[in-house]
Amino acid sequence: MPRPSIMGTEMDYTPQEIMVAAAAREIRDGEIVFTGMRLPLIAFALAKQMHAPNAVGLFECGLVRDTPAPELLYTMGDPPNIAGALWATRMINMMGLLQRGAVDLGFIGGAELDRFGNLNTSYLGNPESPKTKLPGSGGAADIAGLSRRFVVIMAHEKRRMVERVDYITSPGFGDGQGWRERVGLRHGGPSAIITTRCVFGFESSEAVLRSYHPGQSVASVRAETGWDLRVAEDVHETESPTAEELTIVRRYDPQGFWTR
Amino acid sequence: MSKIMTMCDAVARFVPHGSSVVMGAALESLIPFAAGHEIIRRQVRDLTLIGPISDILFDQLIGAGCVRKVIAAWVGNVSAGLGHNYRRACEQGIPHRLEVIDHSNFTISLSLLAGGLGAPYIPTYSLLGTDILRTNPAFRQSLSPFGGEKILLVPSLQPDVAILHVQRSDENGNAHAWGNLGISEEAALASQRIIIVAEEVVPHQIIVSDPNRVLAPSFKVCAVVREPGGAHPSPVQGYYNRDHEYYHEYHRATRTVEGNAEWMGKWVADVKDRAEYFQKLGRERRQGLQLKEHRYAAPVDYGY
Repeated sequence: MPRPSIMGTEMDYTPQEIMVAAAAREIRDGEIVFTGMRLPLIAFALAKQMHAPNAVGLFECGLVRDTPAPELLYTMGDPPNIAGALWATRMINMMGLLQRGAVDLGFIGGAELDRFGNLNTSYLGNPESPKTKLPGSGGAADIAGLSRRFVVIMAHEKRRMVERVDYITSPGFGDGQGWRERVGLRHGGPSAIITTRCVFGFESSEAVLRSYHPGQSVASVRAETGWDLRVAEDVHETESPTAEELTIVRRYDPQGFWTR
Repeated sequence: MSKIMTMCDAVARFVPHGSSVVMGAALESLIPFAAGHEIIRRQVRDLTLIGPISDILFDQLIGAGCVRKVIAAWVGNVSAGLGHNYRRACEQGIPHRLEVIDHSNFTISLSLLAGGLGAPYIPTYSLLGTDILRTNPAFRQSLSPFGGEKILLVPSLQPDVAILHVQRSDENGNAHAWGNLGISEEAALASQRIIIVAEEVVPHQIIVSDPNRVLAPSFKVCAVVREPGGAHPSPVQGYYNRDHEYYHEYHRATRTVEGNAEWMGKWVADVKDRAEYFQKLGRERRQGLQLKEHRYAAPVDYGY
């Protein structure tokens, strides 16, 4: 089945597919993972079948799974996610595990992101009379504040990658080193940002370009980033998804609902 | 005494103007859309909606002008994106201004847990450092009297009514719900009253054969409405699957005020009841949401 090319260059996978593969690699075997929505749902399924067979997925609606759902999920509360779950329970038990420090990794998305990894999914402009009202936190603010580390997945556009977010819905490193401790957050913070163009890591609480996807470059990422881009010394091209990874992703999302 | 009544009667009696109402407590499943549509048809006004994410039900009630205030973690369309009515209300005051009290999924859970416990507040470490503390003036930052560390005090909420969709109930409101529950239990215990909307009304003996599966004590239930399919387009485990396409159609149709009015007319205002709603949806489409297979749990033994 023909797939659209990535940013005009010849690739046999989509931006979403390389994002899923990159997100799956952030999951270590045996970790407890807050899986979030959309692409991370597929990343969890991929990681389970590749390198992290012992990872456990937590879903804030009140589900724990040690196997990926048998078919594509449009929401975490879809019936296939409940059938065969390890535990179907109350949301507060998932949040309690998070606050208790049991969750190694959480995934969240964002409409607006800054170089300290703070995310805004609430208001663009003044909250009193917003230019754009976004849906809000959901569980994202809890995941960002309370997980051991979190990974951001989002579309890479200059208007979204800003110097400072208008509103901190989900806290990254605030205004830099020491901020989380100062406001009372006891651990955690962003460890990576996976976008449609690249992957950032964090050094001294600031986003640093770790790799650019095939077809991109340091210059093309810089042109689409709204802050003064910091680049890792060993910056390199993001590893393309392997044929095996693509097979798993496409078996899981055959219509490309989330990945095309 | 039987509490069975029609949706029309339940909403008329127990959801007056100005009520605070919890809906969508299970998150993406078991959303009481049939109840929400009856609220819209009755033109109930000045509601305070309380819930974690609500999916498109809150967006519909906001677009219909029923809502004065929203206390929630998220309002939008889970699988299709933003909620156009919510945006129009917040950005342009259409159909009118809306007061938004921001929460996260954890803090809305804690508010209702506190409400159910009869406690004034519950402390948490979540949301420290966020601007949510700026736009929700009800939160208080404090220091733990034990360790001295920074904490957030989340005040309790005690809504007037929780509307909960369940798989089955007896006529007194002893209800079985299964699957993930979200904040259904917290909502039931925190609210003054509960309206149960059930796929099936079953004999009392079936409910008491498995008391662990009961959602809340029936003495808090004021009405039981039998409404098969009442959660459509959201799913009900063991009864029907999610109608994903319906959410996308709603997203496309409600992009404009005129489009929203047309959608609202077609699916809510010009529809008498749930039976007529399903006639409109069509038999084929409804059949497409049927279970592909049954997956029964093993029976448990309550013997002694």
